[in-house]
Amino acid sequence: MKRKFIEILGETFLRLSIIISLIFLFLFLFMIFSKGIKVISWEFLTRMPRSGMTKGGIYPAILGTFWITIVSIFIAFPIGIFSGIFLSEYGKPKWLVDIIKTSINTLSGTPSIVFGLFGLSVFVIGLNLKVSILSGGLTLAILILPTIINSTVEAINSVPFDFREAALSLGATKSQVIRNVVLPYAMPGILTGTIISVGRAAGETAPILFTAATFYSRRLPKSLMDEVMAMPYHIYALMTEGTSPQYQIPIAYGTAIVLLILILFINGSAIFLRYRIRKRRG
Amino acid sequence: MEELIKVKNLNLFFGSKHILKSINMSIYKKSVTAVIGPSGCGKSTYLRCFNRMNDYNGAKIDGEIMLDGEDINSKNTDVTKLRMKVGMVFQKPNPFAKSIFENVAFGLKIHGKLKTYEIENRVEESLKSVWLWDEVKDRLKESALLLSGGQQQRLCMARALATNPEIVLLDEPTSALDPNSTRKIEDLCLELKGKVTILIVTHNIAQAARISDYTAFLYLGELIEYNETKLIFTVPKDKKTEEYISGKFG
Amino acid sequence: MKTKEFLFKYVSFLAASLSILFLLGIILSIFKEGIPLFKEINVFDFIFGRRWHPTDEPPDFGILSLIIGSISVTIGALIVGVPLGVGSAIYVSEIASSNAKEILKPFIEILAGIPSVIYGLFGMNILAPIVRKIFNIPIGLNIFSTSIILGIMIIPFVSSLSEDALRSVSKDVREASYALGANRIETIFKVIVPAALPGIIASIILGFGRAIGETMVVLMVSGGTATIPSSIFSPVRPMTSAIASEMGETVKGSLHFQALYGIAIVLLIITLLSNLLMQWFVSREKNEKKIY
Repeated sequence: MKRKFIEILGETFLRLSIIISLIFLFLFLFMIFSKGIKVISWEFLTRMPRSGMTKGGIYPAILGTFWITIVSIFIAFPIGIFSGIFLSEYGKPKWLVDIIKTSINTLSGTPSIVFGLFGLSVFVIGLNLKVSILSGGLTLAILILPTIINSTVEAINSVPFDFREAALSLGATKSQVIRNVVLPYAMPGILTGTIISVGRAAGETAPILFTAATFYSRRLPKSLMDEVMAMPYHIYALMTEGTSPQYQIPIAYGTAIVLLILILFINGSAIFLRYRIRKRRG
Repeated sequence: MEELIKVKNLNLFFGSKHILKSINMSIYKKSVTAVIGPSGCGKSTYLRCFNRMNDYNGAKIDGEIMLDGEDINSKNTDVTKLRMKVGMVFQKPNPFAKSIFENVAFGLKIHGKLKTYEIENRVEESLKSVWLWDEVKDRLKESALLLSGGQQQRLCMARALATNPEIVLLDEPTSALDPNSTRKIEDLCLELKGKVTILIVTHNIAQAARISDYTAFLYLGELIEYNETKLIFTVPKDKKTEEYISGKFG
Repeated sequence: MKTKEFLFKYVSFLAASLSILFLLGIILSIFKEGIPLFKEINVFDFIFGRRWHPTDEPPDFGILSLIIGSISVTIGALIVGVPLGVGSAIYVSEIASSNAKEILKPFIEILAGIPSVIYGLFGMNILAPIVRKIFNIPIGLNIFSTSIILGIMIIPFVSSLSEDALRSVSKDVREASYALGANRIETIFKVIVPAALPGIIASIILGFGRAIGETMVVLMVSGGTATIPSSIFSPVRPMTSAIASEMGETVKGSLHFQALYGIAIVLLIITLLSNLLMQWFVSREKNEKKIY
């Protein structure tokens, strides 16, 4: 009797823990959408902000997020792929690989605000890149690098040895095997990781606080050396600065919706891509 | 018969394990040579000595394998050039996840000296030589993974033949195939031996008897007996050979 | 041909080495900016000083209240997030059908992908007013609200690492337990969870690291008061929050600027240690698997 009771209790707890997480997720999405949906319009997406951020659109913030993200991926993607190749294909000397792996794991556990301080001291001040798209993009690139490296390693390790053998037996050199056989096979997996990193970079606030973002700019960015508005920072600033919360809060929710949809779309495509890979490979 | 390869006193170790023990044998041009023996006797490892595929598993090798007057185990050997001369087909069909055309053209393209039309000709020639051309000529751009298992294995043969190797190594090429596809591969071996030397490892004794001119019996890393196939199967000199081919152990 | 091979390998090597460089760069730059502070203030006073008044004349740079702020919201987050995260992981790996798994896992991943600033927005503008009303307290931005949001934020991290650990428990053990007449819950809690324990502990440490390093949520929800809290409904100013909100007002090279980097040193040391501890648990799990 007691045994049965404990069994039911245990299963109820486990079931509840996932249900609570899911309920929170839906409640969360519902609340954000219901509070912000009324400000969403075509103008909201395509216009400049007006009247001290209390009216108008968030076009510059969308553009800023776009550019910062693009810069970070452009830097992190090639570095990440080559790093992954080194770790999984060359992997010698072992002590060096171990140090590199530890560094990557440590980087991925470092708080994002610390990346922000690093960017401030090295890129903004040290290299004199100022508060700019470039500084923010570089900072975010280092932040997302571990994700790209790890997904590259994982994808490369999933390439069956058969393929490598076949290519080697045809006289391919090591780099030819990697470029012609290993990478094409691993690419969907690498892209999945990269897409998730894009979502991460687009949503981060702390690393760009002191390196790229500005609350208000009157013009659109013209070069990588310009400071920009960005959606995540815009949400924060609207909630904590300015003097007209009754107008600012709905805009903050509207910005949150745009950012959420963007990121749900990005992560959704990564999940879908991975699902496709798994199906294809049976 | 003219000699293509001469194996002299070949030994192979994995760590402290002595896998191949002082093997001496000659492989003759434009013939089919079969290596038989119970599983675990080292026949696949032996086969992989001929294109240096043991470079990747930590094997230590001494002794010589002379091909065209050069020892392929020498430090100066360009392994990638060697593998153009020595093609290989594996146990499981392993076409790349590329188109049929790209699979066959792979070896030609990575060595990169041929013009497009030359590559096209060679691909067609290779596919014809494995009787696959008529089956795939209208869908060369399709993924090779859509082919059946038997077709895939013949495609792998075409891929190995495309670089005009002097010898093709077949590592139990029919063990993953159905009887029909198996027969096709066997017929193919008989057909091809006029053009290229074939060294085949098989656990199927009857297969060796059907297609090979010479048979080597390998047991626990030693070459027990090596002779013309018809002699091995009729008047084996060694008792072990006789027991093995009559199915007393396997 | 040979040079191409060499070049390809060399480029890969250089790219991989960059990770070491970046990590060292982060550590060195944070220390470089923060260390000069300790010429003026001794380390003990900095860490155990109770007063954080960086803009007063003369200023006080004692970060004890910030450290306690960070620790209190982190413990709260673990209390909320660990049972839910580990529970979800057990449910997904041991109870859910494979179809349910296919649906549930993406949802957990979506939870992981939501930007922290939106969690902050939710906590600040939706959760805090509710908490204020329910508990009838003057301010809803406090340890309690922050813990709930942070706790939910770490669920996906705890759950995905725990699930890896649970999945790697061999099937034989499971079947052996059933064969001895244990029911599902007994099997889970007496056989599988103990076997996966190093991995589950690693996932809890990961959650700890995430929570203590999180910036936007604590910045928006924790209330921002730099005093030592007296209850779970007190507002606090965790370390990350102090850095993020004050950096904009400082002048480079000033004591306040250095003090914020000093906080980052403390934060960096805590996360480095928790990270190494986590990796140790992960590797221990792998080593144990090798023995069997």
